[in-house]
Amino acid sequence: MAELKRESGVSKALNAAWVRPFLFLLFIVVMWDVTIRLFQIPAYQIPAPGDVVAVLRTDWPELLRQAWPTTYATICGFLLSAVFGIPVAMLIAGSKTVESYVYPLLVFSQSVPKIAIAPLFVVWFGFGIIPKVISAFLLGFFPVVVSAVQGFKSVDPDMVDLARAMQGSRFQVFRAVNLPHAMPAIFSGLKVSVTLAVVGAVVGEFVGSNSGIGYVMQRSIGTFDLPTMFAALVILALLGVVLFWIVDRIERFVIPWHVSQREDIVFAS
Amino acid sequence: MNPATKPTEIDQPAAHLRLVSDRAGGAASGITLSGVSKTYRSRDGDVPSLRPLDFHINEGEFFVVVGPSGCGKSTLLKMISGLLAPSTGEILVEGEQVTKPHGNVGIVFQNALLLPWRNILSNVMLPIDMKKLPRDEYLPRAKALLKLVGLEGFEKKLPWQLSGGMQQRASICRALVHDPKIMLMDEPFGALDAMTREKMNVELMRIQRETGKTVLLITHSIPEAVFLADRVLVMTERPGAIAAIYDVPLPRPRSLDAMADPAFTELVQRIRKHFFTQSALD
Repeated sequence: MAELKRESGVSKALNAAWVRPFLFLLFIVVMWDVTIRLFQIPAYQIPAPGDVVAVLRTDWPELLRQAWPTTYATICGFLLSAVFGIPVAMLIAGSKTVESYVYPLLVFSQSVPKIAIAPLFVVWFGFGIIPKVISAFLLGFFPVVVSAVQGFKSVDPDMVDLARAMQGSRFQVFRAVNLPHAMPAIFSGLKVSVTLAVVGAVVGEFVGSNSGIGYVMQRSIGTFDLPTMFAALVILALLGVVLFWIVDRIERFVIPWHVSQREDIVFAS
Repeated sequence: MNPATKPTEIDQPAAHLRLVSDRAGGAASGITLSGVSKTYRSRDGDVPSLRPLDFHINEGEFFVVVGPSGCGKSTLLKMISGLLAPSTGEILVEGEQVTKPHGNVGIVFQNALLLPWRNILSNVMLPIDMKKLPRDEYLPRAKALLKLVGLEGFEKKLPWQLSGGMQQRASICRALVHDPKIMLMDEPFGALDAMTREKMNVELMRIQRETGKTVLLITHSIPEAVFLADRVLVMTERPGAIAAIYDVPLPRPRSLDAMADPAFTELVQRIRKHFFTQSALD
C-alpha cells in the first residue's frame, strides 16, 4: 500500500510540466559529455559540460553584470516593437489603402538581413545602447505586425455589424469587439517577438559594443575561450526563456477566456 | 424612440417587458418600405440584389420572409437596421426615415455571436454599453430577460460553457435588452438541430407574445415560416422581389400541434409551389 503511494508520488513528479523539459535537458547534457569523451573532441572545439558549469560558477557575477545591458536592450526593443507594431497592424487591417502601400514594403524590408545592416546603426548612433535597441526592435517588430494584422482581420463581420447597429461609435466597436478579438493573435506575435528581440540585441552587440553577453561571446571566441562562450549561450537561453515566460504569464492574465487557457477554468454546469 | 427613455418597470414578471405604444397602427408605426431596391457595384458592373419592394409591417406583427438563398433577404435586414443604404426608395421605422444605424432594432443572426471574453450577462448588456445607457437601470432588465428565456443562473458563465440553443437564447436577450420596438432575425435557428429548433420556435412565439415586439424573421424553412408568422412574405430568386404575401389563418397562441392543422399544411403547400415553379430552393 505504502509502496503504491510512493510510486504514484514519483510518477506525479515526473508528470509535472516543468520536470519533463528539465529531464530532457539533462539527457542532452549527458549525451554531450559522453560524446566528447567517446570521440575525444578537444576543448577548443567543443568544451565539456563540466567546464562550462565551472565557468558559470566562477564568472557568475561578471556574466550577470554583462547580461544586464543585453536584457535592457532586449526589453526596450521588444516594447518598441509592441508599441509600434500593434498600431501599425491596426492601420493595415483598418484601411485597404494603407495596406496596399505599406504591407508589401514591410515584407520586402523583412528580407533584408539585419546583421548586414547592423553596422550602419553603429555608424549612426555610436557604440551605446541605441544600436542594440534598434536591432532588437527590427527583429521583434515584424512578427507582432503580421500576427496582429491577422488577428484584427479575422473578426466576424456580422459581429462588427451587430455592434454598429447598436449605435456604437467606430472607436467603441473597436474597443469592445475588434481589439479583444485580436488579443490572442497579438500575444502569439509578442511571444515570437520577445525571443527574436534577444537575438536582435545580441546581433547589435556583435557588431559594435563593449558590454553585454554578445560582447562576451565575441571576445571569448577571439581567445578560443569556448567554455566562457558556452556559458554566455546558457545565459542567453535563460534570458529568452524568462522573458517568454513573463509574456506568457501576462497573456494568461489578459485573456483568461481564450481556448488555449481553458484548462484553468473549472467547469461548473 | 428616445434612447434615453427609462426601461419599463419590472414589478410584474411579464408586463414589464411589454411595450405599450402611444401610437396605434398606421404608417407612423411599424416598418414601411417604399420602392426600396439595392444594387451592389462590383468590378463586373452592377449586380442587382433587390428589385423595388413595397410593403408595410404593422407594429407588434410577426412578419416572416421566406425565399431562396441569395435573394437579398439579409440585405433587406441590413437596410432596415440602417447598416446599409438602399439604392433607391426609403425605409421608415416608427415613422422616421432610416439613414444610419438607429438602434431601434435588436438583431439576431444565425450564429449567436456572443463575445467569448464577456460572460452571458455582460454579453446581454453589450447594447447598453454601446449606446452608453445607464448600466444600473438596465441590469435588472437584462436579468429579467435571461429569466424569461430560461437562462437564470447562467449569468456568470462564459458563452462556450453553454449549448448552441442556450447561446442563441442569450443573443435574443441581447437583442431585447435596450427595449427596441423591432426585432430583426436572420435565420436565427438555422444552426441548431431540428429538435432544439422546434423548441426555440415555440419559445420565440412566447417571447414575442410577452414582449409585444414587432418581429421580422428571415428563414429558409417554409413550415417554420408558416408556424411563426402572422404574415409570410415569399421572395423570388435573385434579384429578389415580392412573389406573394400570405396571411396565416392559424389562431394564437399556437402549439406544435398547429402543424397538423389542415390550414397549416395547405398554406405550406401553396408557398412551396412558388419555389417549385421557380425550380430553385435549397
